[in-house]
Amino acid sequence: MKMQPKAEMAQLGGKQTALLLKPGVLQQVLAFASLIVLILVFTFSSSNFFQFSNIVGILLSTAVTGVLALGSTFVIITGGIDLSVGTVMTLSAVMTGVFITYWGLPVPLGIVGGILTGAVCGLLSGVMVARLKIPPFIATLAMMMIAKGLALVISGTKPIYFNDDPVFSEVSQGSFFDEIIPGFAIPNAVVIFFIAAIIGSILLSRTIVGRYNFALGSNEEATRLSGVNVNYWKIVIYTITGIFTGLAGILIASRLNSAQPALGSGYELEAIAAVVIGGTSLSGGKGTIVGTVIGALIMSVLTNGLRILSVPQEWQTVVVGIVILLAVYADILRRRKA
Amino acid sequence: MKDILVHMEGINKYFPGVQALQDCRFELRRGEVHALVGENGAGKSTMMKVLTGVYQKDAGSITYGGMEVEIASSKTAQKLGISIIHQELNLAPDLTVAQNIYIGREPRRALRLFLDERELKRKVERLFERLNMDLDPDEAVANLTVAKQQMVEIAKALSYDAKVLIMDEPTAALSDSEIDDLFVIINQLRSSGVGIVYISHRMDELKRITDRITVMRDGRYIDTVSTASVTNEQIIAMMVGREIYDSTKQSRIAENSETVLEVKGLSRKGALHNINFKLRKGEIIGFAGLIGAGRTEVARAIFGADPIDAGEIAVHGRKVVLKQPYDAVQAGIGYLSEDRKRYGCIVEMDVKTNVAVASLRKYVNPIGWVNRTKIANAADQIVDMLKVKTPHIDQDVKFLSGGNQQKVVIGKWLTRDCDILIFDEPTRGIDVGAKSEIYKLLNDLAARGKSIIMISSELPEILRMSHRIIVMCEGRITGELDREEATQEQIMRYATLRA
Repeated sequence: MKMQPKAEMAQLGGKQTALLLKPGVLQQVLAFASLIVLILVFTFSSSNFFQFSNIVGILLSTAVTGVLALGSTFVIITGGIDLSVGTVMTLSAVMTGVFITYWGLPVPLGIVGGILTGAVCGLLSGVMVARLKIPPFIATLAMMMIAKGLALVISGTKPIYFNDDPVFSEVSQGSFFDEIIPGFAIPNAVVIFFIAAIIGSILLSRTIVGRYNFALGSNEEATRLSGVNVNYWKIVIYTITGIFTGLAGILIASRLNSAQPALGSGYELEAIAAVVIGGTSLSGGKGTIVGTVIGALIMSVLTNGLRILSVPQEWQTVVVGIVILLAVYADILRRRKA
Repeated sequence: MKDILVHMEGINKYFPGVQALQDCRFELRRGEVHALVGENGAGKSTMMKVLTGVYQKDAGSITYGGMEVEIASSKTAQKLGISIIHQELNLAPDLTVAQNIYIGREPRRALRLFLDERELKRKVERLFERLNMDLDPDEAVANLTVAKQQMVEIAKALSYDAKVLIMDEPTAALSDSEIDDLFVIINQLRSSGVGIVYISHRMDELKRITDRITVMRDGRYIDTVSTASVTNEQIIAMMVGREIYDSTKQSRIAENSETVLEVKGLSRKGALHNINFKLRKGEIIGFAGLIGAGRTEVARAIFGADPIDAGEIAVHGRKVVLKQPYDAVQAGIGYLSEDRKRYGCIVEMDVKTNVAVASLRKYVNPIGWVNRTKIANAADQIVDMLKVKTPHIDQDVKFLSGGNQQKVVIGKWLTRDCDILIFDEPTRGIDVGAKSEIYKLLNDLAARGKSIIMISSELPEILRMSHRIIVMCEGRITGELDREEATQEQIMRYATLRA
């Protein structure tokens, strides 16, 4: 599996090699190659793998952690971390349930409310990190527990169902594509994930937010001394992470047609894993949205493929752990060479 | 006087424990390269930090372009047109050259949210054309050499329309041809009317590029002279002063006494080049040089804290491989860092624990049980021997004075039975009274057969304590002096001797 990407690299000679050798690009090529290799391996190992329904299943299971990972990418590029995305997602789902089911608000308003919940949590984390100078790990650990507790308190520890508004479940489970091309039933959740990725990618590479995001992660002091309001932009970035987290809350609530207050813990680690596999450096300054998307896909292809090969769930977790180790170690090796 | 750009007068700055600046003055004219020189700790950097708004002065006045100004922050300084290029460069390595230069001032379009990359590139190209610089705007800064990174810093400073440019040791990491390139740019800036403050220790450079020289010493203003009117010797004499020391010189160590440590051809890429020396039993070698000369790097290499690329180290005539500090400690080498609070002692723990921490194995029985009585006895012994001023051995080290903390660290290595002790700036941050106690302690240790390497930036200290003096510059040993022949001037000359 490790040799394959190199062989691919060798074929792309000439001018392109220079471009590919740039660290960020190379990391993406490696991650993408690993994804292809994984898909090939599973396709040859089981005829059940490369079926339309299975691929759709993989994409659907990527959507929620994928959107969380998109948000996490922003914070991680600053050199920070957000441990609260799992439970803030749950809190957003619960609040959406409160808005739609308990208060009877229209679905679009409920969705906006859910996303705002995530945004507010992100904003608070950002204020704790930027203004109160609490280390991101601690600030978001606190936020993780606060959100977890609030989700349980507000819901009364019981799931909130969206049975009164069947439209809401369409947000994830319905297929907008199926209506245009019958039979091509890609769930909306997947489409939303990819649209979110495109928006995230534009934010990161084309806007002032993205520029300061990288600048902060690369050398915060230099950025501050250049007259950039570092604290303000940090809060903006944590809020962006919160918005993506809120969106993930909507997706999971819609997919389960309910807000499950006990769900959510552990999602943050899967999101971080996807970001890291995608080549974003935990020390900040480097990373891409495309990488994160690939990282998220690698995680779910791996889980799905192993399940099809009847590898017990416990062992799947072990394999995922090893893959994270390999991805990060490959990154360290390459950096040492450069 | 119309062409006076900056005038600082009567500047005082006090930090807890030190009067960093006392009644200092400095003047900069338009189109002038003005050197600011002085030994380490003379107050040059503090003075410039006051000018750039990093520190606030306690007293004095700053006139800028004929008007009195208060420089409250680095942003104010930037707006006035005062830019500084720090020794440690302030760039974001993951961003490109263009992105770094215009960080905080990115051209934007649509809603002021989206970046206008094309306009950015145009601006940078125009800037480079004006400055005659040849840099790829799209290259990531991490991939540039230090010299090129410095060019980026200069370009960045000038893109703010700087009228005053402060350069702190700009040539420290540059090769000769790169220095030539830098001087071309400096000359260009001078003729365009920019005032340049040039902080450097290198006499040859001062002669080549500067118009006037201001000398500082011990936080005081000494003099401002025209470069053409003084010799290197005169500048050095002003820098070191004419202090008389009544201390007795160290005597020579017998040639036939045992060589305890021998270092041969020690090299580390980019830091150390072919370091050779011998340390004899009971000897104190003083390592002199300017900040960044590589003295600490030698110490860290001998202590196994940094990997080496080439060279041999022998302890008591036996070759040793020191891959980590553990190996060095096993070989009987102890290192006392200049930064005691971070690397020397565990300030949150008490005296007895600090004394025992490097040799716990001595006080542990086979099942891992720590014998506290033994530790207390050892600590009492150290406190007695080194005269550590502490109410009891259960006192947390953070409550001790700097000098007594230093004694605790020494005690730690004595407990470990180290024969070779490396002191990195042993009296930094220690008041005068405690200093002489530390000196006496070093002499006692040497007399008892310990061998000592003492790194110090204070020349009087080097002259007073060393049997032999090794002077370094840019990772090389540039001179070795016997105590009898050494003078401050001679050491300074070697310390500024470039390869």
